[in-house]
Amino acid sequence: MALKGNLRDFTVTQLLNLINLARKSGTLVVEGPSNVRASFREGKLVYAESDEEDASLAGILQRNKKIGANQYRLIKERANHMGDKELGLLLINAGYVTQDDIFASLQQYFSDVIRRMFSWVEGLFHFEPEMMPPRGRIAARMDLENLIIEGSRQLQEREYLQEEIPSLEMALKFTDRPGANLRDVKLTPEEWRVVSYVNPKNSIQMLARASKMSEVEIRKVVYSLLQAGLVEMVRPVGMTLPVASRVFPTANREEQASLVNRLITRIRSI
Amino acid sequence: MQTVKIVVTGPFNAGKTEFIRSVSEIDVVSTERKISSIAEQVKEATTVAMDFGRITVDDDLILYLFGTPGQKRFEFMWEILSEGMLGFIVMVDSTRPETFREARSILQTFRAYAPTPYVVAANKQDCKDAWEIDDMRVALRLDPKVKFLPCVATKKNMVKTVLLELLYSILTEMEISQN
Repeated sequence: MALKGNLRDFTVTQLLNLINLARKSGTLVVEGPSNVRASFREGKLVYAESDEEDASLAGILQRNKKIGANQYRLIKERANHMGDKELGLLLINAGYVTQDDIFASLQQYFSDVIRRMFSWVEGLFHFEPEMMPPRGRIAARMDLENLIIEGSRQLQEREYLQEEIPSLEMALKFTDRPGANLRDVKLTPEEWRVVSYVNPKNSIQMLARASKMSEVEIRKVVYSLLQAGLVEMVRPVGMTLPVASRVFPTANREEQASLVNRLITRIRSI
Repeated sequence: MQTVKIVVTGPFNAGKTEFIRSVSEIDVVSTERKISSIAEQVKEATTVAMDFGRITVDDDLILYLFGTPGQKRFEFMWEILSEGMLGFIVMVDSTRPETFREARSILQTFRAYAPTPYVVAANKQDCKDAWEIDDMRVALRLDPKVKFLPCVATKKNMVKTVLLELLYSILTEMEISQN
């Protein structure tokens, strides 16, 4: 049976586990917040790329500060037709990088691509048994066990956060803490970004959109702000009226109040 | 005949069934089953679908009390039960701090389902190892404005107080939304 489905039902960690245990060879294609291709040979990761950034060797080396911005620009201008293997040899022979630099950078990039997917809760995937890394790209063999363990930890953390913050429809407001000054609190740049949008009118979902964060990322930030006692969860302003008319058998306000008073009288008399 | 409902929720073994039993005029229609999980064997039976109690107010009005199942695996029932509720009560077992986090999570889930008024009841306050109300409020991270009431689910008077406080909150919310 074809290995395809949605990450909603089968997580990345479960997929990696399956590939590892079954020693599968082929390419996993995932269409989530970005498009990822990860290739495996006999259950080992050999290649990964995301369309979020330049996945060529030049791009990877530049992000790892193994080559400078100018060198990167020159390679792109003059050697863009060259495959990564050819370029790698050229850079090693010219003494710009070592073979270890190249493999370490590639392995770090491949792991990062996989790690980013751990936070995805939705995304179509399919596994192509015949597909191998694009021609000219360098394969770097890596065991999957460490990534699987890391993914499992993140999954547990995600489930914990989901329990702590079950709904993203709620809003946040700053707690009334006289004397507490937000400027004295050491927040991460992500937390500051969210804090700047905190307002009872904005649901957590809106905060995530405004600060360009995934559900997992926003839950993490909101959780730490809640733990620090800086914010509290409130019903967003404008959300359904506290006592919706459908909960009463009558839409008439006076009759509703009379009904509640009758309930009070009855319960007092029990 | 008009009917309204109040939902009693909370973690496993918080005392929801007992709470409803204390004030219901009918024998609580319970869907209890013998507990199979070793981890949950702190009592003999548990609610798997809902508890159902009734208080007849007058010829024209009935109040139904619905108790939700406490275990997470029956969460799918919560949304169904919360539909059209007048308000809800979150029961917390004062002697089991390991359930506080879950109680908080249930509270937030219900607030998201239906933003109706609610109160939180600290049950089993008569037990010697019950946590102090003030400590529980901190542990549950309850806003000072949220009504947090001591309770012993087997004592009718305390159960009545919890229900009355919820009804007072409903009246207050109605007044606020009218102004």
